[in-house]
Amino acid sequence: MIELEHVSFEVNDEKEGKEIIHDVSFKIPDGQLIVITGPNGGGKSTLAKLIAGIEKPTSGKIWMDGKDITGWSVTERARAGIAYAFQQPVRFKGIRVLDLIRLAKGEKLAVSDACVYLSSVGLCARDYVNREVNASLSGGELKRIEIATVLAREGHLSIFDEPEAGIDLWSFKNLISVFEEMRQRIKDRSILIISHQERILNIADQIVVLRAGRLDAAGPKDEILPTLIGTSSASPDCRFQAPSGGETEC
Amino acid sequence: MLKLDEMQKKLLEEVADLHAVPEGAYNIRSNGKSIGRSSSAHIHITSKEDGSGIVVQIDPETKKESVHIPVVMTQTGLKEVVYNDFYIGKDADVVIVAGCGIDNCGNQDAQHDGIHRFFVDPGAKVKYVEKHYGSGEGKGKRILNPVTEVFLSENAYMEMEMVQIKGVDDTNRKTVAKLDAGSKLVVRERLMTHDEQNAVSTYDVVMDGAGSSADVVSRSVARDRSFQKFDAKLVGNAECSGHTECDSIIMDEGRILAVPGLEANHVDAALVHEAAIGKIAGEQIIKLMTLGLTESEAEEQIIKGFLN
Ligand SMILES: Nc1ncnc2c1ncn2[C@@H]1O[C@H](COP(=O)(O)OP(=O)(O)O)[C@@H](O)[C@H]1O
Ligand SMILES: [Mg+2]
Repeated sequence: MIELEHVSFEVNDEKEGKEIIHDVSFKIPDGQLIVITGPNGGGKSTLAKLIAGIEKPTSGKIWMDGKDITGWSVTERARAGIAYAFQQPVRFKGIRVLDLIRLAKGEKLAVSDACVYLSSVGLCARDYVNREVNASLSGGELKRIEIATVLAREGHLSIFDEPEAGIDLWSFKNLISVFEEMRQRIKDRSILIISHQERILNIADQIVVLRAGRLDAAGPKDEILPTLIGTSSASPDCRFQAPSGGETEC
Repeated sequence: MLKLDEMQKKLLEEVADLHAVPEGAYNIRSNGKSIGRSSSAHIHITSKEDGSGIVVQIDPETKKESVHIPVVMTQTGLKEVVYNDFYIGKDADVVIVAGCGIDNCGNQDAQHDGIHRFFVDPGAKVKYVEKHYGSGEGKGKRILNPVTEVFLSENAYMEMEMVQIKGVDDTNRKTVAKLDAGSKLVVRERLMTHDEQNAVSTYDVVMDGAGSSADVVSRSVARDRSFQKFDAKLVGNAECSGHTECDSIIMDEGRILAVPGLEANHVDAALVHEAAIGKIAGEQIIKLMTLGLTESEAEEQIIKGFLN
């Protein structure tokens, strides 16, 4: 279980302190899928970075299975099982998709096993394993590779930051079933997804709404989702963009 | 039968990926003399009469054959200049593996200056691989100053892969090429300097023939207090296309100087230069740390990929 306790995060913006996260507390119990939603700029990605250790809270604590991990580095948290798929994935010259999945898995994975992760995000694996994770990949392809690396990590807590962005409808349906299937298997593990998509909110155990850095609402899906329908925090599928790159049939 | 000591074997592995005597034609030079040589049916290696180097003659139409000409040095204080000439016959398609490994455990400098000239006949294809490597604890420097001259006849093609990753203290590489109509030169240079090392790489590529093209790309990493200079000049004297690129990672107190040079003397010469120097992007390191790597492991992976 991961617990945030009165977490605040402030940055110095042009010499002025600017609070991006204000006194946020919530729990991510084992075996649950939590979805964080809320308006753009509300602090969702920042919260994910605080959990992964990329940013450190100005005040408050983060706990993992009863241990205070507030001071832990990114590496220590990763090794303790926190996995994080970035909203904006990073490109690397010369590092292949296969290399990245192997690094994520932490062992010398067979090519065929790496392919399983790529297929589950709708990429034709054999076209991609040897591609470099560089500027030649489209945004949607990169995003799916990012998700595949986090799937490969099989983390204690897997965080996906707006996984639907840049992904076509077919792959999105596939992705939902990947998350649902993950949800069935997790038991002692948990999933945190940042999303505005109604279909993703719909598979949540709990929903957290973050607005202007503050916890606006949090609770079981059945309580929170009805209050969100029709707002930008829960968009239906029709908001999807057209497919962009990455054949899904092979 | 060729006898090699452990150090010679190690150096040969580093510079030519050789674990045994190579297949096909070869000449292995160690501490100033040839210690093994073999010609093949279509590739003839002979010594120059004045003893200054070798001549490699590749018959026309020779296909899918290779020639290895590695140099190893393990003697401190040795300084040599070697002049090797390569004649590649019409429509041949061959791989030439050169390279120099120096192990200097003494206190005097060890230096190898290889002057290589390539005369590539019409339609021939050459892949040339040259690796540099240095090792040894001595105070003496390991110095390599290769000069490569390339003459590409009509529709000839040459691809040069130049690699220097470790252990060479001082290098001054000069590459000069002249391209006839329809010929193409591709250069892929990978360089890493560390400690107090110094590496200068100069290209002067002249495209004289219509439809010729050149693509010179260098990827490099400068660490510690090392210095690199990449000076690539392309000259277009006809309808041609040329591209040079210097893509560098700078670390610690390393320094890199990239000097672009493009000279177009014909209205249909299209020449492009790109250069980018910068430290490793912070988000790349963070991404790999979220996969469980430490900061220095992440750096190593990024560099390994970049120089791959
Ligand atoms: N390091 C930072 N410095 C200054 N402003 C930041 C920093 N990180 C985030 N912000 C700002 O904080 C707000 C929340 O950002 P973010 O967490 O990305 O929101 P969301 O993911 O909900 O869209 C935005 O206004 C963003 O510009
Ligand atoms: Mg965000």
